[in-house]
Amino acid sequence: MSTAIESSTQPVSASPVVPAERRATSLILRAREFGIFGVLFLFVLFTSIAQPRFLSLQNIKFILIDTTVFALLAIGETLVIVSRNVDLSVGSVLGVAAFVSSNLYQIDPGISIIVVFAVGIGVGLACGLGNGILVAFGKVPSLVVTLATLYIIRGLDVLIVGGNQVVANALPSSFLAVASGSVLGIPVISIIVAAMVLLAAYYLRNFRSGRDLYAIGSNPSAAQLVGIPTSKRVLIAFVISGALAGLAGVIWASYYGTINSTAGNGYELQVVAAVVVGGVAIFGGSGSVVGAAIGALLLNTINSALYVLGVSAFWDQAIAGLLLLVAISLDKGIASYLAKVLRGRSRNHGA
Amino acid sequence: MALDVVDQSATAGSDAVGNPSPIRRLLRPLLRWEGGLALVLVISVVGGSLLSPEFLTASNIFNLQLSIGEIAIMALPLTLIIISGEIDLSVASTLGLSSSVLGYLWLHHWSMGLIIIVVLALGALLGLFNGLLVTRLGLPSLAVTIGTLTLYSGIALIVLGSTIVSNFPLSYTNIGVNSVPGVDLSYSMLIFFILAILAAVLAHYTSFGRSIYAIGSSPEAAAYAGIRVKRVKTILFVLSGVVCALAGILFTFRLSTAEYNNGSGLELNAVSISLLAGVSIFGGRGTIVGVVLSVATLGVIQNALLLTSFPQQAMGVVIGGLLLVSVFVPNISLLRNYLRSRRLRSNAALVDDAGSNG
Amino acid sequence: MTADHNADDFKAVALSLQHARKYFGAVHALEDATITLRKGEAHALVGENGAGKSTLVKILAGVHVPDSGVLEIRGQQIRLNSTREAIAAGVAVIYQEPTLFPDLSIAENVFMERQPTRRFGRIDYPTMERSVEEILAQLGIKLDPRRLCLGLSIAEQQIVEIAKALSLKAEIVIMDEPTAALSSAEVDRLLAVIESLKRSNVAIMFISHRLEEVYRICKRVTVMRDGRYVLSDATSNVSQDQLVRAMVGRDLEIRSATSDAPTGAEMLKVEHLTEEGVFSDVSFSVRAGEVVALAGLVGAGRTEVATAIFGIRRYDFGAVTVGGKRLRRGAPLEAMRSGIGLVPEDRRQQGLVMEMSIARNVGLGSMKKLSHFGLLNSGRENSLAQEWGARLQLKYGRIGDSVETLSGGNQQKVVLAKWLARSPKVLIVDEPTRGIDVGTKAEVHRLILELARQGVAVLVISSELPEVLALADRIVVMREGRLVREFARKDATEELIVEAATVSGGVAA
Repeated sequence: MSTAIESSTQPVSASPVVPAERRATSLILRAREFGIFGVLFLFVLFTSIAQPRFLSLQNIKFILIDTTVFALLAIGETLVIVSRNVDLSVGSVLGVAAFVSSNLYQIDPGISIIVVFAVGIGVGLACGLGNGILVAFGKVPSLVVTLATLYIIRGLDVLIVGGNQVVANALPSSFLAVASGSVLGIPVISIIVAAMVLLAAYYLRNFRSGRDLYAIGSNPSAAQLVGIPTSKRVLIAFVISGALAGLAGVIWASYYGTINSTAGNGYELQVVAAVVVGGVAIFGGSGSVVGAAIGALLLNTINSALYVLGVSAFWDQAIAGLLLLVAISLDKGIASYLAKVLRGRSRNHGA
Repeated sequence: MALDVVDQSATAGSDAVGNPSPIRRLLRPLLRWEGGLALVLVISVVGGSLLSPEFLTASNIFNLQLSIGEIAIMALPLTLIIISGEIDLSVASTLGLSSSVLGYLWLHHWSMGLIIIVVLALGALLGLFNGLLVTRLGLPSLAVTIGTLTLYSGIALIVLGSTIVSNFPLSYTNIGVNSVPGVDLSYSMLIFFILAILAAVLAHYTSFGRSIYAIGSSPEAAAYAGIRVKRVKTILFVLSGVVCALAGILFTFRLSTAEYNNGSGLELNAVSISLLAGVSIFGGRGTIVGVVLSVATLGVIQNALLLTSFPQQAMGVVIGGLLLVSVFVPNISLLRNYLRSRRLRSNAALVDDAGSNG
Repeated sequence: MTADHNADDFKAVALSLQHARKYFGAVHALEDATITLRKGEAHALVGENGAGKSTLVKILAGVHVPDSGVLEIRGQQIRLNSTREAIAAGVAVIYQEPTLFPDLSIAENVFMERQPTRRFGRIDYPTMERSVEEILAQLGIKLDPRRLCLGLSIAEQQIVEIAKALSLKAEIVIMDEPTAALSSAEVDRLLAVIESLKRSNVAIMFISHRLEEVYRICKRVTVMRDGRYVLSDATSNVSQDQLVRAMVGRDLEIRSATSDAPTGAEMLKVEHLTEEGVFSDVSFSVRAGEVVALAGLVGAGRTEVATAIFGIRRYDFGAVTVGGKRLRRGAPLEAMRSGIGLVPEDRRQQGLVMEMSIARNVGLGSMKKLSHFGLLNSGRENSLAQEWGARLQLKYGRIGDSVETLSGGNQQKVVLAKWLARSPKVLIVDEPTRGIDVGTKAEVHRLILELARQGVAVLVISSELPEVLALADRIVVMREGRLVREFARKDATEELIVEAATVSGGVAA
């Protein structure tokens, strides 16, 4: 009997194979994030050679603030996508939160900025809660739910805004300073959001509830079997995504100053693109918040570079779409290569 | 071929399994999704005529046809795609890009006949691109078509920029706004009905259609039955591209305007029509009759609301709401079906054992 | 192997379930289930499909709560309301198809939801990985705990599940057909792991359709039929025949192939078939009227060769010829037209469209034949299905019922009907009787032999050696993607086949 065991196809061979295998897979996984960094670096390099103005403090600041809004959305979207869902309503949530919060100044100019932020985040949270309940307890695919709420929330926004809009002179300078304040040329808000990204990454890696999201995305039925409260976790992911979209809405309002019912229109696609370009698998289970944030930075850098290089802004959208397609194709390639390598090694252990 | 090899002692247990009462069998068609949808349609027509005296006038019904024609046309191939277990979110962008190219070529003095051929071919190409990414690279159609949604409307922006083309001759734009001679039917509706009949025959009475359902229910089992899954899906995406290009042409003629963002956001309406028609988002289930009913229902509700001066831009609330309702209701009946099939299965298993014991 | 089965008949009771009953509405899934598991002992639970084994497992796993009956664990009466409570009570269930998280590491899979933590609830990765390493070493397995579960074989996945059970300090391990998807060497390995579990004083409930395994490792056996326990005794007191009789409630006549060596023309010819890294240089042929078995371990490449012949997989080199006509690769439809049929390994995923009716499933392979001017004739489809349903003694309600309502054995008959309706010249059957009850199994065997008698060339893939020996005229054995031996039936024994399938370079046991 012992002979049969040793001669089976299972890995009973010498251990030196193991580290090599581990090195191979972690290298590939790391290469994914290095890859985005590499593309980003090359882009910045070539653009600044062609047009030095690209690296001006002012331009960098613009890129960073733009990225800040998207990075916030990307944190929430990553939580949702990792759990094998998607949140297409973030653009609409941003829009309604931006208007409702900044409109408070038109109602009561003396209102505290804390209340404004709380209302914006609260509006987002409520939207996220609605999405989360429908997805987690209604057992309806999140794609459909959030596609519907994308239009429902936008429609409500239209009804709320009516013929109104918020203009910059209605907003106090303390509020407008939220987006414009900077330390050493770097917007304060960007630093705060960068810290939030790192915090979210640490949380996802080191806490059970964070790992649960990966487990749910990797194999939902197995997650249920090991006793992960899947509905609760998914619900919370949507709530966080909504709340962050609300926060992003307030920052958006502070940055642009003019808010009507089109704020954040179409952002959902750019956010999904950023997250996927940043290496988060569209069908859940893997990816990181840091990658997603870098993805957002890359997309904004490209947009800015096109502008600086004098390429028509008409190209932005096509390039975002193309990048998204390239990113998912690349991920697919990497994933099937990885599976092949691991399976191959598994086989080679035998005999 | 006489295969009397099976042990005769095993008795068939067919009589004991799942024969519902005759009354339930009679009621079953009414309980189906399409029956409920027809009821909703009747209620909305009655509601609409109560809301506004204008509602049941010939001119309003014609307007209703115009407003939903292109969307209805796009929903047909989209429905087949959803039944096959995929999705195409790029339909409205395909419409927009087709419209833009039409405008661009008209601006460059091409003849309309040639333009139409080029635009339809372009639609096929755009659909083929979706199809190849989905079937050959094995990418999820949701991600692919979100990408091409952005890409195609991005290309439309590059093609036409901020230019608005509107110098189309009346002979063409009349197709967009006039009725088919002799009937109160818009050209877009006529085309929808013709395509709906073709789609119904294709889906329900051909082996190609049966393959679509098999693929949607179980792609692997379909492949093992010799169905060319990739080919079928690719054909469906190409069909969708061509039909959306056709919708783009009609859209342009109706508004006598080619603009880069023509039709943007209409993918939601098309998806809503399909799901409201009772097509399962997970594939494998749905009928073309359902699509026709759902087009009518959505058109009536939208139209009735607009007559009560509900803002057009806020229509998303209604359509999104309908979409949610239509995915929640079947979940309730799915649950019921699931429980029933489980009961039947255990019954069958028990009968099986009893048979072996006999 | 039975050395540690010393006659201590009174080992401490770990779990006992008395007279459990469970109804789902009108369906009596369980009438009277009674079983006692003892520490350090493996207890077999056998019975045909539908006998109530799964319901019993689910009761012990905390998925279902019985309507009546008494459950005691370590002498304490207990009620398991959820899987969590079952785990807390020390009961671990290992399912036939493990459910792991492919994107997470082995260590995380073992400790999911129970990760050791440091201050503030942060996960302690080093401790976690070290404990998994220790558990795997205890099982005699070398796998890196940090490796992703992506790409693990089913046997490796089961090892991860067992590691999970050990990490839970489970005292009761329930294995629901763990060997169904394993090849014989993998089974040996798993049984060795079970032996080591027994030595650690774990109580094991072992469910299997393979009686030889039951006799190898189990001290006691309980037989269930129609939701009741009908027999519970020491395995040493019950013969295999008695066991089978208790399961089916009647005697089984096991006929084996008696036909003379067939001399038909060569129908299927496979030459130098190679897919890099999967199988290489596979050549064999099957004559009309001949049954050839493709034997070997589960990862040996048998199913891959079968699906490559049928065209589902693409091969890199080689040729497949049917009736003298060479097939294009990767074209199942062409393979079908030339007369090949394939009854695939996974009935529910590959063999059937579960949502579709019996009639449509049967018709799915014959759509061209059922069409008139491109339009499908559903009347003809129904009569085709009815005709084949009658020939194969299919037990069903109405021909329009979904195949989901059928039992496993009857589902397999629908798959067979789909292919037989095409009158195939070559029929490939991959694990034709996996998970099928004993009675239907014999029907399927007779059917395969009858087909051969009528001149069909049959290629059987099976992990059950008695099945291989009962059916095949010739046996070709694969190991690690290569054909290694070929036996005529008269020369083949279980031992020779196992040796050829498992031992490389002639280092025999």
